[in-house]
Amino acid sequence: MGNREEAMNGSEIRPRIGVYICHCGTNIAGNVDVTAVTGYAATLPGVTLARDYKYMCSDPGQETIRQDVREHGLERIVVAACSPSLHEPTFRRAVKAAGLNPFFFQMVNIREQDSWVHEDPAAATRKAMDMIRAAVRRVSLHRPLEPRSVPIKADALVVGGGIAGIHAALTLANAGKHVYLVEREPTIGGHMAQFDKTFPTLDCASCILTPKMSSVRAQPNITLWTLSEVAGVEGYVGNFKVTVKRRPRYVREDLCVGCLECIEGCIFQQAKVVDEFNLGLSKRKPIYIPFPQAVPQLVLIDPDSCIEFKTGKCKKTCIEVCGDRNAIDFEQQEKIETIEVGTIVLATGFQVFDAKRIPYYGYGLYPNVYTGLEVERLVNASGPTGGDLVMRDGRRPKRVGIIHCVGSRDENTNVYCSRVCCMYSLKLAHLIQERTSAEVYNFYIDMRTAGKGFEEFYERVAEEGTHFIRGRVADVYPGDDGELLVQVENTLLAQVVKIPVDMVVLATGLEPRADASEVRRLFNISCSTEGFFLERHPKLAPVSTFTDGVFLAGACQGPKDIPDTVAQAGAAAAEALALIDRGSVELEPNTAYVDEEWCSGCKTCVPLCPYRAIAFVEEKKKAEINEALCKGCGICVAACPSGSIGQNLFEDVQIFEELEGVLALA
Amino acid sequence: MPETFEPTIVAFFCNWCTYIAADLAGTSRTKYAPNTRVIRVMCSGRVDPQFVLGAFARGADGVLIGGCHPGDCHYQQGNYNALRRFELLRRMLRDMGIEEERVRLEWISAAEGHKVQAVCNEMTEQVRALGPLRLVTPPRVEADGDVGTPEPAAELAGRVTS
Repeated sequence: MGNREEAMNGSEIRPRIGVYICHCGTNIAGNVDVTAVTGYAATLPGVTLARDYKYMCSDPGQETIRQDVREHGLERIVVAACSPSLHEPTFRRAVKAAGLNPFFFQMVNIREQDSWVHEDPAAATRKAMDMIRAAVRRVSLHRPLEPRSVPIKADALVVGGGIAGIHAALTLANAGKHVYLVEREPTIGGHMAQFDKTFPTLDCASCILTPKMSSVRAQPNITLWTLSEVAGVEGYVGNFKVTVKRRPRYVREDLCVGCLECIEGCIFQQAKVVDEFNLGLSKRKPIYIPFPQAVPQLVLIDPDSCIEFKTGKCKKTCIEVCGDRNAIDFEQQEKIETIEVGTIVLATGFQVFDAKRIPYYGYGLYPNVYTGLEVERLVNASGPTGGDLVMRDGRRPKRVGIIHCVGSRDENTNVYCSRVCCMYSLKLAHLIQERTSAEVYNFYIDMRTAGKGFEEFYERVAEEGTHFIRGRVADVYPGDDGELLVQVENTLLAQVVKIPVDMVVLATGLEPRADASEVRRLFNISCSTEGFFLERHPKLAPVSTFTDGVFLAGACQGPKDIPDTVAQAGAAAAEALALIDRGSVELEPNTAYVDEEWCSGCKTCVPLCPYRAIAFVEEKKKAEINEALCKGCGICVAACPSGSIGQNLFEDVQIFEELEGVLALA
Repeated sequence: MPETFEPTIVAFFCNWCTYIAADLAGTSRTKYAPNTRVIRVMCSGRVDPQFVLGAFARGADGVLIGGCHPGDCHYQQGNYNALRRFELLRRMLRDMGIEEERVRLEWISAAEGHKVQAVCNEMTEQVRALGPLRLVTPPRVEADGDVGTPEPAAELAGRVTS
């Protein structure tokens, strides 16, 4: 390998370097003296020319680089602008278009890590100079590299079968790609299946969702695995190896016809088990179907409540009823499936804020305090009460108080706005009035109705006679005759009021799922501060993650309503499709390599590699790195006692040159 | 020489967590001390102890290494390698008379822009209080801007491996 030697000797020849300093409008130029920095850069050894420009990333900015390479024979390019995570690919393309190797380039982050974070312009300017000096020194030692091209497997994985996952899976499948759709629950549908109507159009959630669910069932390109969870992910973009754990349904998917006779035939005469789908507002039997439109249209047995599983002494009337179909199988075991996919869409959704965390609102203490999602079930025609709004104590409410921002915009719980609660509170206010003609009070902090048709909906509900009281509710406590008193400061009147109601509805916010952190680690992605999955860039790459080939859809990335979720799911599917149809992807050529001349064969590196990319070749008594397996972390490079492992793009000499550069004036 | 001593701190930030956190501090306009000079590496496990020694030898007053939280490493375990090396290195630096506050390893996730601020400010304060590290005479900048760099002292160039 001559690489190392080349790199070592590189410093002797000084290539012709062009340095470009971006103003980024006033983002950089407002706090960094770009003229002074440009003047300084021009004096650095090896720098042929230095220029500053308003927007280096724009077409004219990139064109300047191309022109200067032609006219001034530049051989290396340094751009001091924003973060490389934003525009490094842009400038590498420009450098390539100018006829240079795209890796003859170094980017200096003088926006996110300089002009935006320092108050003193003189200090920010000094820092920019230091970092540019380091980049100029480093780039002299850059060697030509070729990106590694790896093929993309055409199959895709979608994790989560709510509306986001369903839409992403259908989009991919309709484009002819084979999709594995993995869902933890026994049915797809997610939270949307529990909603009654959707804002602002008030079309019923089921009428939109269930046809899409049956399309999933009918689409031959989709392999749907319910009761399943991803247990392991290996590999990289284009070549992921995923293990999926499939829990037993105790009902054979290939034999059950969904006649539901076994439910009738169950030894349990009465349904006695808490029904998760109806949030405990009704009961089900140990053998059940989550809801009538469930997909797959199959029953399942809950082993925690089934007598056969608990005692082994059940008469198994379900098997009798099933008869010749023989679909019930108490012997079913957990299965592990291994699949190979090229791209992954994460659509794992959200969980509803646990209202018990705010004890003074009395949820779980006073029976007539409900969450918004519970009321969705109560007003739903296929819900536990058939759409009749009957409270836990059997009464029908005459006055209902809806408390906004429960678990949102509150520094004791979640500081962010959950985005959907104002609108679903308005929707529930409308539905409650429609069904009961009760007086409805909305206790709000700010009404947030940003969205197409949202403000108009707010106007409509206000005209219908719903009361709006501005203020954060301080307390909910029982009054006379089973009524609840809502105590709040009406901040528009600067007056503390106590409003008696029969029913309180808590507009609970959206939170990251409790196991979001484990899922994040499984797929090697990051979370933002509040725990939702982090997108690569909010505007440039809103559905991508920092792990190539893994995309985000829906509320796992942040609270959002159904229209936004569907739009994002479509975008995630499109990004995955773009990768699949390109057929191959280019990876950073930042792999490590062994200089055999120096390798002493000590094997220190071999066990350190997390990807088992390093082998010890007995015949040569040397270590060897498999480039296809290497992911470019550089752990082995730092550990090699003889310094015989190098890393492309991050050579020791390059990093030392950066050190020299930043410290030259220290 | 300014009236108050302004230390220079070299910061090795991993590409996946801490560098992103520093970018987040930027997009959130979180202000902090301008004394750090970030060198991006793919993983904190890439930080060769020689880089740290080399930084001190070349005039750095402090060295900060930022990596992903334990269990969150983009490369599964590189941050653990960094931690093990760091513990050895810190002991060695102490024996050489370099104060512990001058070298720091921090786990900073991509979401922790505020932690970049807190750590950079705190470390700048601590190192400022210690005063300059006088290991070698700082290199002078010559008229043409070329920098005469001293070779790192021989005892500093020794290898430490995990």
